[in-house]
Amino acid sequence: MTQQQKKKFNADTRMVPVPSQAIVPERDINEQPVLVASHLGIEFGGLKAVDDFNMIIGKTEIAGLIGPNGAGKTTVFNLLTKVYQPTSGSVLVNGKDTAGMNTVQANKLGLARTFQNIRLFSNMTVEENVRIGLHNQVSYGLMTGIFRLPGYWKGEKKQHEMALDLLSLFDMQKMADVKAGSLPYGAQRRLEIVRALATHPSLLLLDEPAAGMNPHETEELMENIIKIRDQFQIAVLLIEHDMNLVMGICEGICVLNYGRVIAKGTAEEIQRNPVVIEAYLGKQSAEEEAQG
Amino acid sequence: MRKNKRNFLNNAVTYGMVIVAFLLCELAISGLIGGFKMSRSLKGQLVPICVYVVMAVSLNLTVGFSGELSLGHAGFMSVGAFSGVLISQWLGSAFPDIPSLARVIAALVSGGIFAGIAGILIGIPVLRLRGDYLAIVTLAFGEIIRNLINCMYFSLDGKSLHFGFNNPNLAGKLVINGPMGATGVNRLASFEVGFVLVLFTLFVVMNLVNSRSGRAIMAARDNRIAAEAMGINVTKYKMIAFVTSAVLAGMAGALYGLNFANTAAAKFKFDTSILVLVFVVLGGIGSIRGSIIAAALLTILPEVLREFGDYRMLVYAIVLIAVMIATNSPLLGNLFNRIRPHRMKPGKEAGKA
Repeated sequence: MTQQQKKKFNADTRMVPVPSQAIVPERDINEQPVLVASHLGIEFGGLKAVDDFNMIIGKTEIAGLIGPNGAGKTTVFNLLTKVYQPTSGSVLVNGKDTAGMNTVQANKLGLARTFQNIRLFSNMTVEENVRIGLHNQVSYGLMTGIFRLPGYWKGEKKQHEMALDLLSLFDMQKMADVKAGSLPYGAQRRLEIVRALATHPSLLLLDEPAAGMNPHETEELMENIIKIRDQFQIAVLLIEHDMNLVMGICEGICVLNYGRVIAKGTAEEIQRNPVVIEAYLGKQSAEEEAQG
Repeated sequence: MRKNKRNFLNNAVTYGMVIVAFLLCELAISGLIGGFKMSRSLKGQLVPICVYVVMAVSLNLTVGFSGELSLGHAGFMSVGAFSGVLISQWLGSAFPDIPSLARVIAALVSGGIFAGIAGILIGIPVLRLRGDYLAIVTLAFGEIIRNLINCMYFSLDGKSLHFGFNNPNLAGKLVINGPMGATGVNRLASFEVGFVLVLFTLFVVMNLVNSRSGRAIMAARDNRIAAEAMGINVTKYKMIAFVTSAVLAGMAGALYGLNFANTAAAKFKFDTSILVLVFVVLGGIGSIRGSIIAAALLTILPEVLREFGDYRMLVYAIVLIAVMIATNSPLLGNLFNRIRPHRMKPGKEAGKA
């Protein structure tokens, strides 16, 4: 696609109303979708890791991205957050094109994420981790910090209060002074979510948030994700292998296999879809399932 | 907030340590400590100690807090030294009745500014690199600075300043004389000014580290990808750390230049960068107090070892190796932990109950 064509293409899709066939919850139909990814793709030396990925996420939707291992789910996250630059297609966040942006700019536009392999600042305390998330929310200049001008004290106080507020979402305010690296696994995953929330996103991308959690913790996490959506009025896109979680809270689900979308729909539709069953369990099982 | 209190205490101890050391030195100079009089050679080391403490603390900002190994720190020191000397000499000849303290301050400020500009110019290409590559390129830039200064000639003719590149035939009296470096400098540096500079450096570095920008610097060090995903402009904060470090090194350099009548350009060779890096590593990467102690002790050590005569540097090297091994040994670490009063850790207390 030449540059000019690309621009035209973006202009056409800039303010798309939600297409009728798109799956967004009814309450979001008249709102601008938070994310519109169209024909997104990336090649690594000829290998198409993700190809023709299309997705629309409503303003307050909880969406799921599932697929077998190596299907390209995390690559999609990296494309959306601009860790990789897509080789084709476009991503609109709140109607704004992210072409040519970097990770920092994508974050400022409203995309915040967690990581599959936890990436906390493990030598810093829990509170400091959240404060890093608040970096662009409560800001004061370099010199204000060095010379301890009034703005410093105001900013630090505000950051402290906001950090504790956010931590209280997961009842973690008591751990504020503990080193992030010494937290138990489940708490580290929760802290990553809090840290991402601190950047004031409009779309929260969670990469396997329930990995390593026990059923009880997963249950709690599901409630919390819904709570976060309701309280902050934001959309959530999550990658998860725990089908109870995905089927339990996701309003729209997208199934990826070999870098391509093979199915989209609500939880029931996905569960009944023979293509999905085949991708997960193999062809024979899919046939048995259809017969039985 | 508990963390803030701990930071405050920690900083207070560091400031206190420096102030007490300064007062003790002042007492020893005036011979008020019973029977102990500071020797001449030791007294001559007081300003270099301050200079190297500032160098070590500022390098620690790059190496310890920003996590980038820089091997060209002496380059910034030399930029600061020669620009500082030049400004103070020019002020002295242009405005003869200006107080010498003002000349020292002007030298420190201009040394910091010029080294900061050098830091920005070098930082732009260098901070695109990572790890070992960055270290090697900073080393190269340090050498480039030294070689450039080798070719620079500045002379003072009353109020006017002349500059020649590779051309020593200038009107008036040469102040910066190519490879000979700064010559005929009025020795304006004093231990008191050095002490204030050390305090200033501690103030800047410790306040920077415990602020929004400092947290961003450390976040970029701990996990670049996560920091970027949280909206932190990693390059910008690496640059802030690098340039702040260069500015402080430049100020230290200016003080150093004003401490000697002659300072050759070769003084700021690669060895000096390594020496400062040794202070940082020995004191503990990321530990400001460690840098101060290591810089002070290792600067005095060669003087103390004078009685070994020709074997002085050999003994120095052996002491260095012994200290490195000792500080890394778990046995000694345990011993230190036992001596040190135990801090209450919230996590541990909760675990016991």
